[in-house]
Amino acid sequence: MNKIIEKEYFSDSVVKLVVEAPQIAKSRKAGHFVIVRIGQKGERIPLTIAGADVEKGTITIIIQKVGVTSIKLCNLEVGETITDVVGPLGQHTHIEKVGTVLASGGGVGVAPLLPIVEALKNAGNKVITVLAARTKELIILEQQMRMHSDEVVIMTDDGSYGKKGLVTDGMEEVIKREKVDLAVTVGPAVMMKFVTILTKKYNIPTVASLNTLMVDGTGMCGACRVTVGGKTKFVCVDGPEFDAHEVDFNEMMLRLNSYKPEEEEAYENFLNKYRKA
Amino acid sequence: MKGLLEYLKKEREQDWRVELRSKLKNKERTQLERLAMPEQAADIRNKNFAEVNLGLSEEQARHEAQRCIDCPNPTCITGCPVGINIPKFIKKIEAGEFLDAARVLKETNSLPAVCGRVCPQEVQCEQVCFYPQKLNKPPVAIGFLERFAADYEQNSGKISVPDIPAVNGIKVASVGSGPAGLAFAGDMAKMGYDVTVFEALHEIGGVLKYGIPEFRLPNKIVDAEIDILKKMGVKFVNNFIVGKTATIEDLKKEGFSAFLVGSGAGLPNFMHIPGENYIGIYSSNEYLTRVNLMNAADPEYDTPVISGKSVAVIGGGNTAMDAVRISKRLGAGRSMIIYRRSIEEMPARVEEIKHAKEEGIEFLNLHNPVEYFADEHGRVNKMKVQKMELGEPDASGRRRPIPIEGSEFFIDVDTVVVSVGVSPNPLIPQSMKELDVSSWGTINVNKETMQTSIPDIFAGGDIVRGGATVILAMGDGRNAAAAMDRHIKGKVRELISLIKEFKTIGEVLEFAK
Repeated sequence: MNKIIEKEYFSDSVVKLVVEAPQIAKSRKAGHFVIVRIGQKGERIPLTIAGADVEKGTITIIIQKVGVTSIKLCNLEVGETITDVVGPLGQHTHIEKVGTVLASGGGVGVAPLLPIVEALKNAGNKVITVLAARTKELIILEQQMRMHSDEVVIMTDDGSYGKKGLVTDGMEEVIKREKVDLAVTVGPAVMMKFVTILTKKYNIPTVASLNTLMVDGTGMCGACRVTVGGKTKFVCVDGPEFDAHEVDFNEMMLRLNSYKPEEEEAYENFLNKYRKA
Repeated sequence: MKGLLEYLKKEREQDWRVELRSKLKNKERTQLERLAMPEQAADIRNKNFAEVNLGLSEEQARHEAQRCIDCPNPTCITGCPVGINIPKFIKKIEAGEFLDAARVLKETNSLPAVCGRVCPQEVQCEQVCFYPQKLNKPPVAIGFLERFAADYEQNSGKISVPDIPAVNGIKVASVGSGPAGLAFAGDMAKMGYDVTVFEALHEIGGVLKYGIPEFRLPNKIVDAEIDILKKMGVKFVNNFIVGKTATIEDLKKEGFSAFLVGSGAGLPNFMHIPGENYIGIYSSNEYLTRVNLMNAADPEYDTPVISGKSVAVIGGGNTAMDAVRISKRLGAGRSMIIYRRSIEEMPARVEEIKHAKEEGIEFLNLHNPVEYFADEHGRVNKMKVQKMELGEPDASGRRRPIPIEGSEFFIDVDTVVVSVGVSPNPLIPQSMKELDVSSWGTINVNKETMQTSIPDIFAGGDIVRGGATVILAMGDGRNAAAAMDRHIKGKVRELISLIKEFKTIGEVLEFAK
């Protein structure tokens, strides 16, 4: 049982929770994730750790309402508890000084990108960050990103904030302007796929942090398997970060929809119950 | 060993045992027929998750116990990895002292209700029983009787908690709460140690919870045995991954002196054939975990599972049998085992194969999958299999399956479960570079003491064996506990003798630094 210490709405559908988890706060590094479960009948879902405070013994997670579990999590209030939080899981980000890093984050993927940007900046890199979303309200963590980046470029699909266009438009502008030594991308699979196509064109080594389905998160079940360089890898123990140029994003996108009918049905049932209550 | 034999002999000569033996002649005992386990009917049980085996009644148990002739040389004990005093507990059943029978079991086995259900007795105690060895008759149903005594105690409301000596204040830990960890914890607690069991998942019990299905081993049976360990003072910490949440080094700083690593079989193996990552193709670990641990079959629970109409399970082990029988219970019209060797080479227990067949499972022996196909959404809808024939024996002594060219054909499937073994969990070896690990990823140990290359760390179960049974893991846990106790006491003696050599308190304090 892990208590919620702080809660903040970034938008109607994106919530930040600061959760009591002293051991995890102490052990975690950039790139690590946790598995959480809400209630005795809940499912286990992975969430990247967006930050931690060792002294207070807390970790920060950022959740977008997309299905039953994420809505349940977002509905928890300060003082309430998350039934299970386990971690830190996965391999942490490999951080070194490479020169100029072009980071790109889309949607709620901006949350796991933050600790990576922070660590890369602290290692002495020049960091240029491109944040992208459909519309202004969905741009999150802009101020925090500005604190740890040399430059932040905002892109929105509808042009309501920053520049109008896709994340790749913003990135290409930077790539044409200056030499980029490494790209890092976190976001929806389709976004990372197109980021990868772009960076391949310019021959820029690229790391993607993958967000697949998981059950145990410790290498036991294989739900999270992806094909990287023609080999099957487990995101939970081999990742979550991989050489993006080697990842089979098409397969990953198909697998992310494994339970689409079941999820839609569960979501309907949940809403019905919710309306009655 | 000699001491043990003398002890068993002395036990056998106790008045009550002698009297019981005189009540029936051996000839009369050996005329009795072995009882069959009462079961749920096959066409009913394959639609529910309730236990298949219903257990013996009191009369049935006493009848079966009478078959045991209480041999002067009880070979059955040599077949038990945890050394249960088998004739003694069986004779207690014959005498109608069912609670005492359970107490005898618990002297050496922390999980009798579990072992009575899932142990492969037919290749252990029952295989070396007097009946099959000398009379060519079916053995005494030791497993059924073990289950009977353990269940009787659980249902009696008079569960005995083993005596715990004065606590010695020495903290030890188990990494993992599966059978190795639980057996270890029980024995260490009985010796007075302060035991903590760390578990990565939210439930305690490891493979007993996520792996073995409810219809073979109900969770409430496992929980009842864990409760006894709790009453013995064992502490359980869930959601804690040793090597990630904290390292063994961190735990040493918190005062833990020695560790048992029983972290189990981790990574599921796949066959690496085309299409294996399509939707609807599971590892057996995932399929079982969703259903057993996460209750995916119950709509009240959030975790989903794809329960197809035509299900193929690849493999021939107990896990494959569990998976295929689950698929039937989830409503499949067609549930198949696809295994590349013949039925004789199947590693699954005879009982599991029999139960599966009764429940309407198809067996495609001497078949092997070569490719999967999917619809436009990436959902598996077809598989290509190849027929096999048996050639010369391979390294395992089993005849090697050889593909028959041109024999390929297609089967429509919407769910596939790949159950072709597991590789050891890499988390502990990854977090401790100095630990000696085999090329398979298993931890190397001294086979008698279960001690690893790091003296304070012992290991047992699937992380050592790669893939074995509940009872072998428990045997490892018990052996590790005995060896760890000797190791710790040796260290304490060494420390005391060192301190004695010091001339002044100042020297002692200097040493203590």
